[in-house]
Amino acid sequence: MQTPIRTRQSVPLWRDERFLKVAGQVIFALVIASIAYLLLRNMVEGLRRQGTVLGLSFLSQTSAFDIGEYLIEYSRNSSYLRAFQVGILNTLLVSLLGIIFSTILGIVLGVASLSTNILVNRLSRAYIEFIRNIPLLVLLIFWYSAVFLKLPRVREAITLPGPTYLTNRGVGIPWGVPTATFKTYLWVLFIGLAVALLLAFLMVRRGRQTGRTPLVALWSPLLFLGIATTGWLVLPAPPLETSLPYVKGLNLDGGLILSPEFMAILSGLVLYTAAFISEVVRAGIQSVAKGQLEAARALGLSSFETLRLVVFPQALRVIIPPLTSQYLNLTKNSSLAIAIGYPDLFYVSNTIINQSGRAVEMISLVMLSYLIMSLLTSAFMNWYNQRVRLVER
Amino acid sequence: MAKKVFPFFAFLIVLALVITACGGAQTPTASGETSTEGQPVQQTVEVIKTVEVVKTVVVTVESQAAAPALPAPPAGYGATLKTVQERGQLICGVNSQVPGFGYVDSAGAFSGFDVDYCRALAAAIFGDPAKIEFRPVTGSERFTALQSGEIDILSRNTTWTLVRDTELGGNFVHTTFYDGQGMMVPADSGLTTLEDLNGGTICVQTGTTTELNLADQMAARGLEYTPAVYQDADGTFAAYAEGRCDAVTTDKSGLVARRAVLPDPENHVIMDVTMSKEPLGPMVRHGDDQWFDIAQWTVFALFTAEEYGITSSNVDQVRAETTNPEVRRLLGLEGDLGLKLGLSNDWAYNIIKLVGNYAEVYDRNLGPNTPTYIPRGLNSLYTDGGILYAPPFR
Repeated sequence: MQTPIRTRQSVPLWRDERFLKVAGQVIFALVIASIAYLLLRNMVEGLRRQGTVLGLSFLSQTSAFDIGEYLIEYSRNSSYLRAFQVGILNTLLVSLLGIIFSTILGIVLGVASLSTNILVNRLSRAYIEFIRNIPLLVLLIFWYSAVFLKLPRVREAITLPGPTYLTNRGVGIPWGVPTATFKTYLWVLFIGLAVALLLAFLMVRRGRQTGRTPLVALWSPLLFLGIATTGWLVLPAPPLETSLPYVKGLNLDGGLILSPEFMAILSGLVLYTAAFISEVVRAGIQSVAKGQLEAARALGLSSFETLRLVVFPQALRVIIPPLTSQYLNLTKNSSLAIAIGYPDLFYVSNTIINQSGRAVEMISLVMLSYLIMSLLTSAFMNWYNQRVRLVER
Repeated sequence: MAKKVFPFFAFLIVLALVITACGGAQTPTASGETSTEGQPVQQTVEVIKTVEVVKTVVVTVESQAAAPALPAPPAGYGATLKTVQERGQLICGVNSQVPGFGYVDSAGAFSGFDVDYCRALAAAIFGDPAKIEFRPVTGSERFTALQSGEIDILSRNTTWTLVRDTELGGNFVHTTFYDGQGMMVPADSGLTTLEDLNGGTICVQTGTTTELNLADQMAARGLEYTPAVYQDADGTFAAYAEGRCDAVTTDKSGLVARRAVLPDPENHVIMDVTMSKEPLGPMVRHGDDQWFDIAQWTVFALFTAEEYGITSSNVDQVRAETTNPEVRRLLGLEGDLGLKLGLSNDWAYNIIKLVGNYAEVYDRNLGPNTPTYIPRGLNSLYTDGGILYAPPFR
């Protein structure tokens, strides 16, 4: 594009492009700032008229309510802050387990929907289409009130080998209870992990030097397992004691009791997100050029080797970015736990709002918490994406 | 490229100017409104000053009407009644899930004790109990709805507590129903005391005093329990009906009411323990004392009407024949009690004629002929051994 050459003085200010660019942005920023100021002032004014003052000092007050499930010690005498932490941990727990299980299930479903076996293929497709087209909230309420609450009462519990009890009071599974030596054992595990990583590092370096990489994936975990087993046997008392669930009166006791609320939110999130992840996986696999498969076949790789060495490394590049957004969705969707009474972050905060009347502060804290969780997840996945991405030379 | 940039920025600037202009225009309006609401007296004074030079007569009339020799009413005084009258409708926050107190039937009609109080209030304001919009609010959103002005009054079996009276920015009008927290268990469970529930699971609704009181009571007795906490009464009692919990707790009136709609009411018993005092009543926002007075004296009108035996069927006859001065004042035949509240003088007559007295309202919703029968107990007049007592109408 040609523009006639002008002298500096001849361009009036309102047609000077450089000035206009800056001015436009400044005005835009001012508009945003003034709108934000208006909203904030409106809120502060509204609160002032109600006679409430913003502040976070109420968080140290006694909560005075009980929470059904907690990972850290909690009672009615704990503070609101403690209750909030309980909520955050419950959200993290359900999100983390949800991400792990939905990834596994999603990959299986994704691969299955590409299978040449018609039965496997159609079943997987049908599942994915069915689940993807149902609202998550409906699915959650279905799992809670139509599955886990409809399990038999404790007296008529379904007993699976293990023993595992399925009842409408929760699912009881055997679990390890830490004993006095558990802390020492954690150190043993930590040292074992460090040694195993060191071994892996040395083996990889040696492989680079000699050109023959030993089986890192076999020896390193084996060493870790060896140290872990030795530690378990050498310690005076086993660090974990098996605790079996049993029926006690109207309730289950012992072992680990997973509440119906927890089971419902976890299974709902996993089954729902897995359907989306499977589509991501399928798209990723299909994005690998057919020539790559044919080349792998020509080299004589078995079909599993083809999948592991040729298809997945290339598919991952396509899979990771949409997978990240599925992980974020899962974490954020966990706030739907409020519908079925699982005490997650949003749920506990809602109770705090009710009992303390501090809506503005609590909602801000909740939004901030979800934001931080999402940003951390996204930062981690971006870092991973950098690593698996095609390095262009 | 360069040519395209200019119109784009020009557009942006115009847009920005428009937005700022709107914003700027809003600011003075908003602050203007604030000062109007905040200091009505000062404004009147200003008007007077400007007018004074031209017409002296107008000034005297205006100042007499607007500001009698009383201390200045505080900010917000009378604002709610004005809003309601201009809207032509009262917006009342009610429960929709507790039969007998606030319940919406399959046809969408609201009924219940708390709902009838709202009707009485609408009758007092408009002389028409139908000029009302019921807005169902949950236990957890009710205070926000009231604070934000979404509802004019909250009449939803709400317990009167200090924190709610202060920090939640509300005023409790008066107790309309004296209740206590109870515990319901399946009849075949053999549970009779709170101690029997040690180690058990108890269903409770979140955002309630019940939730806090349950924690207090169990902690005071050193009992362990697992709460299963739900957002609304439907969820709580559905989970209880499925056997998710050993027991369910709420106000005794709520237990009676909800038991009536369980699939098997005869298989559930209410324990003989009272865990708390639960004075239930309507609640209004802080800052409008006139509205508070209207809401409060509506309650007292219901009490007093029962005390003098005035019912919806005999109120016309009583009005024609009565010689009792207090009844005459109540019905607006003597004095101007209604005008003092900012209403018409026949406000109490309208309440009684259109909605009934306290006993009528009670019997209609909680009486022996209803599925949600609760004996009157404390909720009888002081003359009958209860604690309902209205200040004199004078």
